[in-house]
Amino acid sequence: MEMMIEVQDLSKFYGPLQAVNHIDFQVAAGEIVGFLGPNGAGKTTTLKMLAGFLAPTSGTARINGFDCVSQSLEVRRSLGYLPENVSIYPDMTVTQFLKFAARAKGVEAKEETGECQRVMAACGLEGVEVKLVAALSKGYRQRLGLAQALLHQPPVLILDEPTIGLDPSQIVEIRSLIKNLEGSHTVMLSSHILPEVSQLCHRVIIINRGQIVASDTPENLSRQMGHGSRISLTVKGPEAQVTAALQGLPGVSRVASFGEGRYLVEGGNGKDLRPELARLLVQQGFELLELKSQEFSLEDVFLNLVTEEES
Amino acid sequence: MKNLSGFTALLKKELTIYFAGPIFYITGFFFLVLAGYFFYTNVLYYSIISLQAAQQASNPQVAAQLNPQMLVYRPLYQVLAIILIFLVPLLTMRLLAEEKRSGTWELLFTYPLTDWSIILGKFGAVLLVYLIFLAFTLSFSVAFSFMTPVDWGALGAGYLGMVLLAASCLALGLFASSLTENQIIAGVVGFALLLLSWIIGWVQELAGGPLGKAMQYLSLLDHYENFTKGVISTRDLIYCFSFIFFFLFLTKRQLESRRWRA
Repeated sequence: MEMMIEVQDLSKFYGPLQAVNHIDFQVAAGEIVGFLGPNGAGKTTTLKMLAGFLAPTSGTARINGFDCVSQSLEVRRSLGYLPENVSIYPDMTVTQFLKFAARAKGVEAKEETGECQRVMAACGLEGVEVKLVAALSKGYRQRLGLAQALLHQPPVLILDEPTIGLDPSQIVEIRSLIKNLEGSHTVMLSSHILPEVSQLCHRVIIINRGQIVASDTPENLSRQMGHGSRISLTVKGPEAQVTAALQGLPGVSRVASFGEGRYLVEGGNGKDLRPELARLLVQQGFELLELKSQEFSLEDVFLNLVTEEES
Repeated sequence: MKNLSGFTALLKKELTIYFAGPIFYITGFFFLVLAGYFFYTNVLYYSIISLQAAQQASNPQVAAQLNPQMLVYRPLYQVLAIILIFLVPLLTMRLLAEEKRSGTWELLFTYPLTDWSIILGKFGAVLLVYLIFLAFTLSFSVAFSFMTPVDWGALGAGYLGMVLLAASCLALGLFASSLTENQIIAGVVGFALLLLSWIIGWVQELAGGPLGKAMQYLSLLDHYENFTKGVISTRDLIYCFSFIFFFLFLTKRQLESRRWRA
């Protein structure tokens, strides 16, 4: 499989402060990869290095086979980049800016208008073509940022928080737009919104304090994190007795009761406890109303990994 | 060809931004008001002197000085050059400083543009803005030519001098703008450096000797003087082109350093 983004042993110091600490990862062609991490973890710094805006202190990054430092121009030709909090010239209109960006990216003069219209349609910028960028709302400015990244159909897209500042319906649109890029483009996006990442991305890379702490599919991460299982139950019966019965079952590590017959059981050894739980409760004469396995969400994985690091 | 399209993209973008903002119109307006005022007073002064000379017995030494080149154009060029020192920092200070301050350079520097196409695009745009201002001043001479014969050759040399001087000053101003993200600082540094390269020749009178000569050669004003007399010499042309190249080159180095310093 062809690797579109290859990062090897990449580090970045800001003076004495180490923002990125010897990270390695690869992104295959057509993949959509989410880049997660708390604020200040080094996400934006890494993406800026990939975009050729910052030079790494050590290590190499390659995009589309080109080195981000020595072949910066070729890298930038194969790249669409949406910076975090994108700033665009306030004194230009949307069309003027897109035409400038198209020309700067090497779009042929005769294809310029068509290409600008294509990205404007894709990002829902119709109706604001002649508006000054200064007069755009944050959501529209973000769409314009995304539109310029899509100009000239670059094989690799690097999007730093693409849905920030958008309203919920816009978020859905932009997500489906990114989803549509799947296969034809390689996308690396950073985000704070974890459900978004688990919906969009084939793979998640979690970075904390400049180091990669996890890299896997969202499903695998949830599974690994679970160690065992987490099951929610609704049982009719005296609370103390039910709790005691549940705790008595081998393999159960923790039982929490939320009142009105709702319980949460956590298993410790990776075994699926559901059949045994059902059998136990029925044998003991309780009425089992509901039994459901609860997935660990990406939030849990993320918080766990990040706090593990810190403790 | 790819580089050229990057250059024209930048040129067009910078001109769009100049024409969209007030700086272009305000500086242009006052530049033309001042230039027109000085041209008018020079012509007035010239006509008074000519009248007096015609009435008195003509002194051959005075008569040699009595032509539009000496009494109208040379003082005009000198005034325009002084205005230039004030005008240039106003035009150039935003060129790169503003991109840094507002963060737009993050997009600019991640587009597949060479540093040279960025620098030359910006430099070309600001030079074109100045040329637009200067083109308007040609109307003075056209009007003047109805009253008295104008030596268009000498005028051409003078305007060539103006353009080269302006290009040199604008290159220096662009460099000053690359040093900082604060427009005011870029303006102050540009102004100070311009003034310094202007008056560095004055040392000649104090220092004398080879050092004084070298200082005089470095001074912008000294080379500009020849153009105002209607003289185009390769010495002055080479000086101006090296001056422009030197500061554009420093700007390029300054841009390159951006990647290494965070």
